[in-house]
Amino acid sequence: MLKFIAARFGQGLLVLLAIYALTFMLVALTPGSPFSTERAIRPEILAQIEAFYGYDKPPLERFWTSLTNALQGEFGPSAVYANRSVTDIILEAFPVSLTLGTISLLVALFIGIPAGILAAVKRNTWLDYLPMSASMVGICLPTFVLGPILVLVFGIIFQLLPVSGWFGPDYMVLPAATLGLFYAAYFARLTRGGMLEMLNQDFIRTARAKGVPESTIIWKHCLKGGLIPAITYLGPALAGIISGSFVVETIFQIPGLGQWFVKGALNRDDFLILGLTVLFAGLIVIMNLLVDIIQVALNPRLKYDR
Amino acid sequence: MSRTADIVSATEERLSAPLAVEEFEKGSSLWDDAWHRLKRNRLAMISLFLFIAIVLFCVVGPLLSPYDGEQQDLLKGAQGPSGEHWFGTDTLGRDLMVRTMEGGRISLLVGMVATFVALMIGVVYGATAGYLGGKVDAVMMRIVDTLYALPFTIFVILLMVAFGRSLWLIFVAIGAVEWLSMARIVRAGVIGLKKQEFVEAAVSLGYSHTRIILRHLIPNVLGPVIVIATLTVPAVMLLEAFLSFLGLGVQPPNASWGVLINEGQQNMEIFPWLLMFPAFFFALTLFSLNFLGDGLRDALDPKSAKD
Repeated sequence: MLKFIAARFGQGLLVLLAIYALTFMLVALTPGSPFSTERAIRPEILAQIEAFYGYDKPPLERFWTSLTNALQGEFGPSAVYANRSVTDIILEAFPVSLTLGTISLLVALFIGIPAGILAAVKRNTWLDYLPMSASMVGICLPTFVLGPILVLVFGIIFQLLPVSGWFGPDYMVLPAATLGLFYAAYFARLTRGGMLEMLNQDFIRTARAKGVPESTIIWKHCLKGGLIPAITYLGPALAGIISGSFVVETIFQIPGLGQWFVKGALNRDDFLILGLTVLFAGLIVIMNLLVDIIQVALNPRLKYDR
Repeated sequence: MSRTADIVSATEERLSAPLAVEEFEKGSSLWDDAWHRLKRNRLAMISLFLFIAIVLFCVVGPLLSPYDGEQQDLLKGAQGPSGEHWFGTDTLGRDLMVRTMEGGRISLLVGMVATFVALMIGVVYGATAGYLGGKVDAVMMRIVDTLYALPFTIFVILLMVAFGRSLWLIFVAIGAVEWLSMARIVRAGVIGLKKQEFVEAAVSLGYSHTRIILRHLIPNVLGPVIVIATLTVPAVMLLEAFLSFLGLGVQPPNASWGVLINEGQQNMEIFPWLLMFPAFFFALTLFSLNFLGDGLRDALDPKSAKD
């Protein structure tokens, strides 16, 4: 098991390095520069700015400097927001995004998985049709449609909840719902599928024939295997929640990383883009590693060879 | 972000198992059977007609409307739905119905073309991996697994920033990230097929690998490929709308549903119809394509019959 984890960990590091190089290349290839403005700057001043940010050096040298700095947790200065380093921005905005992301993921899991189990157990009754129809609607309502609708209904028509900013728990309800419900719909479908597959297994029929109570069958025999599809989806779900946060933080004016990333991309803030991409990629790599480990733990048939 | 993850793994497992003999003793063709099964699936048929209706609405609609999507009439800006403008007008006085239709044209176009790009890459990649097998296959699929784990949306955003925001780039960038499921399905299908006698016959007749892949293997995995393609279209449209919503996708004067939804949400407190109409059509399209995909899967791949 340890060997498997170590191998996966090494692989994750390689992936991260590749992502760093690829992002650096994309950013370096982008025409124009973060320092070009509408006002004409005197060439000497521009040269000085470029020297300050290290842009006078050849790309390969810049890559090496930025990589070694990044390994020490220093992602360089923001090229657009003067006097702020990318690390500062991350330290300030990450807790916000982490809170939002965690709550959303919890919303997704705590609504999606029970709904899926219920639907599978009460198959072909209204307890199956109702949550499954709701989840189909949920899947067709992406964050940028659901968000504005929730704002319209709860924020503007009924005035129950605040719709912009990040000042306390009540400000978290709508954004977390927007981000989480879409994935709740997904988890519900995956869990239902997984549970149904388990319930159709021969050993379940045997267990029933032997008179094992239905609750033991569901909770002890089926749950472990039935949850595997949902757990496999945790990695993509996290990636989705991160990219969803770009939209949700824009709609709800939340000062998190997602908004910074969009701003960085639109303003061509090279260091910020690079730092945030690596951070997001790192989170996803860690999540995938965790998912791999949980999967092997839940399903010994998988062995460690994959 | 695609809805296909669960379907992919299930289909993959089934396909890589060798086919049973009775599969070949059918009187009517696979496609006839599939069509019969699809026709019996009421939800899928409703979705099919709904989707055709939406396509017609977007493609033919603008030709019949007295308005032009770019024609502004500031005096009649931001009016609610009326007999004159059925969907109302936007803040610049453009007819929202025509804007919605034209936005739909672009959204649907992106959906189809990018799916086609994904289809091409995925089919060729998957068929090659599955046919060659062994180490090549192992390495090729390892690459796919690694790519699955990447934060793709971020890369699409970076690509859009780096290379400008043309429609062509949107096709390629989205197509280039959505081919993974396709590749896995095709590979699994090819592995299941390549031990069959007809492939052996083709090999002993001395046909080239390319010919065997293109003429003998790929046509036999078309069923699952069509299913995944149907489900990829909404995923692609979702990604395009996401980019456009952030201002990184389709650029004015062109508009897609994502652009319209973004414009709508900026003004929704005062003019909610600006959000409601494009969002409604977008959601309806995703809805019909998802149900149609499910129906096609049941029809083309009866072994997966809905539990």
